[in-house]
Amino acid sequence: MYRLGIDVGGTNTDAVVMHEREVLSGFKAATTQDVTGGVVDALEGAIAKAGIDRKQIDKVMIGTTHFTNAVIERKHINPVAAIRLGLPATACLPPMVDWPADLREAAGDSGYLVRGGYEFDGREIAPLDEEELDRICDDINTRKTKVASVSSVFSPINQDMERVARDHIRKRCPDVSVVLSSDIGRIGLLERESAAIMNASLLSLSERTVDAFAGALASAGLNCDFYITQNDGTLMNADTVKHFPVLTFASGPTNSMRGAAFLTGERDGIVVDIGGTTTDVGALQQGFPRQAATEVDIGGVRTNFRMPDVFSVGLGGGSLVRRDDAGGVTVGPRSVGFRITSEALVFGGETLTATDIAVARGEADIGDAARVAGVDTDTVEKARMAITQLLQRAVERSRISPDPIPVIAVGGGSILMPDRLADLDVVRPENFAVANAVGAAIAQISGEVDRIYSLENGLTREECLKQAEEEATEKAVASGASPSTIETIEREDVPLAYLPGNATRIHVKVVGEMEGAHAVAAR
Amino acid sequence: MLSRHANLYSIGEEEIEALEVGAAILGTGGGGNPYIGKLRALQVLREGRKMRILPLQALPDDAKVVAVGGIGAPLISHERIKEGREGLRCIRALEERLDFKIDAIACEEIGGQNAMEPLIVAALADLPVVDCDGMGRAFPEMQMTTYSIYGHRSTPSAMCDLHGNVVIFDHAASELWHERLARACVIAQGGASSLASAPMPGVFVKRFAIPDSYSRAISLGRTVREAQRNNADAVEAICRFEQGQLVFAGKISDVRRELKGGFVAGEARIEGFDNHEGDIASIIIQNENLVFSRNGRTEVIVPDLIVILDIDTGEAITTELLRYGQRVSVLALPCHPLLRTPEALAVVGPAGFGLGHLNYLPLDDADVPAAGPMEDAKQ
Repeated sequence: MYRLGIDVGGTNTDAVVMHEREVLSGFKAATTQDVTGGVVDALEGAIAKAGIDRKQIDKVMIGTTHFTNAVIERKHINPVAAIRLGLPATACLPPMVDWPADLREAAGDSGYLVRGGYEFDGREIAPLDEEELDRICDDINTRKTKVASVSSVFSPINQDMERVARDHIRKRCPDVSVVLSSDIGRIGLLERESAAIMNASLLSLSERTVDAFAGALASAGLNCDFYITQNDGTLMNADTVKHFPVLTFASGPTNSMRGAAFLTGERDGIVVDIGGTTTDVGALQQGFPRQAATEVDIGGVRTNFRMPDVFSVGLGGGSLVRRDDAGGVTVGPRSVGFRITSEALVFGGETLTATDIAVARGEADIGDAARVAGVDTDTVEKARMAITQLLQRAVERSRISPDPIPVIAVGGGSILMPDRLADLDVVRPENFAVANAVGAAIAQISGEVDRIYSLENGLTREECLKQAEEEATEKAVASGASPSTIETIEREDVPLAYLPGNATRIHVKVVGEMEGAHAVAAR
Repeated sequence: MLSRHANLYSIGEEEIEALEVGAAILGTGGGGNPYIGKLRALQVLREGRKMRILPLQALPDDAKVVAVGGIGAPLISHERIKEGREGLRCIRALEERLDFKIDAIACEEIGGQNAMEPLIVAALADLPVVDCDGMGRAFPEMQMTTYSIYGHRSTPSAMCDLHGNVVIFDHAASELWHERLARACVIAQGGASSLASAPMPGVFVKRFAIPDSYSRAISLGRTVREAQRNNADAVEAICRFEQGQLVFAGKISDVRRELKGGFVAGEARIEGFDNHEGDIASIIIQNENLVFSRNGRTEVIVPDLIVILDIDTGEAITTELLRYGQRVSVLALPCHPLLRTPEALAVVGPAGFGLGHLNYLPLDDADVPAAGPMEDAKQ
């Protein structure tokens, strides 16, 4: 059986066909406004190139930056009734207090504070104020708001009150979709609540998008299951994504790094993903992207998702090459972006881009080389130096040790990468241009537990960790992981500081191969 | 009267943003992340309230100064955010109990979350905040302020939670007892409360507070932000500003944490790179970073400041956020001389943390590793 991996980026949609561990074909198409067109073009291209019977494809995995871009561009965001259970706690900081004004505006700027929530030890801060909920429901109905988020203080410890509130809202507002913060995030109220609100604001977009994916696959005659990749490089089934679009936020860089690891067989290295406008650089550690230590901003909002530590620089295949007054040459950060296929010199355009430099130096064979023959050598050489310097600095930043680890160049713009970067060798895998889609195709399934345990009544830390691990494994299996392939990739306990009573916060994550894709695990 | 003092100066959003960065660095790994406090302070400013700082030396001798701060687990204040007026209720309760009027608010601890609370309380009460604190960094317990060390009895004190409970600690037999009683009470109140201690006379504060804490933390934060904006080396900028030393650069190779009487104790190991290639550093943690050793030799000891920073951004990493694989710089900054006297070292020196087998060696004298191999701080 075959697997199809698809990556839907802002500019390109890529597809690969894989058989067990082998990449049979890769194809790049332009992303279209309706998403569907690009997906169909890419998958048809990949299937034709692989020369296989499409009935043999039994799984499709899609990675997409669609939802991240929606937040960044403030597009397709719906107003949300952001309900928080916690009064009298939290009164001083209303929902969305740390959001950029334009995004808060787009999300409706309606926060509600209600009595309720839990203490760290599970006691209620206050009983849930159902009368206040009724008033909020009336308000929702008057304003015709379609989505709501519910965030209770310490809901990662006890989800009950959020659920009760959800059921209450559903009764009074039957058409409203309700997102619970405990389904999405970890401890840290504002970050988790913000994620829940963003999730709610994207629900109608995610419904449309997932349906568009399904429609594209169906129109191509692919009626198998399909999955979408999430932040950590693992999979969600498509239906889950309809409900939890925010969980895809960092899947772009994660897929490209996981794909790079897979294609080269390298477990440790620096992955440089050069696109049309930007270059993302991150470190691979034991085959997984190194995680950022601090909170990650998405479109100016602080979230506590675990995301890869990726450093971006404004360099890509479409970066503008310009001479400055002092006789120097600058490359980027401005870029012709997706218009490269009409504006770059080699494609018949009038703009000198980084891609033209690579072609002029004979490092790449794209478009019409004759069109760059006239560019003066001084400009070409200085631009080349500027590009190398930008890449070198970005790689140095992500380097963890002086060990000579490889630099893995992927992405459509990786023709800009020299064969050596200072003392480091550059590895350019076959199919480098579609590493993202490969990363999607090889994604695994995960299960996660993050909770505060009270080490009392003889309960030891080890027992709690074990309990958490079992629960995470159950979650992963329920989502479709094969039990025999499950391994723990994060296992962490942080005792709560400055507090007697032996409370400890345990975070466990397990991953496993998707049921029926065992051959991929043989590594 | 002090609210119209000629030397008062106002601070605004820019200062609060800078203070967040500076206070996190001075937290030496503990004290909690000041982010929530920063948001609260910004909200208070947006309500039109004034935050005013009074230079320490401008404080009249007979002024009545009350130190306020939060007590509890920083993680809890990130989830169960405060109601907002806990600190204000504390000072009102104290004024009522002792029948006096507060002239100015002081800070207990400039490192971490507790840098913000005095500003918020003072703004709500329309009082100035004195440019000082009791630690010049972060410490885990209340008796570890220079106020307590140099003779202030911090009871009667008032502790308030978000439910409206007000607890007066009428008399504690010692500063340590006050800490114990308050710590027990904070659990019942949900793990994070506010506390205002008995008033101090201005003359005492001028003599025994760590001076210039706010102006210093704000300038430190600005220095880091400016370095970041200019793509300059933030770590170096901090060293220059604080007369500190970059003692190590490397990658976290192991973090071990365990509970010890309600506090997090543990050790972080760091494998060196760049100039420190081949060296192994260890940092002993008890909520804050306490002892730095290189290859088994102790080099920096509490109360001198040991700061772990993200190597690229220069931002502080708290002990809770330390993880395997992080690339960090370790800075040592000298503590204030008020923390180096014998009476201070008994409380905030190694002995105060159960590390009595280590001798405090002032940072400035410890540039070179100690002569004989010192015992590894890990027992």
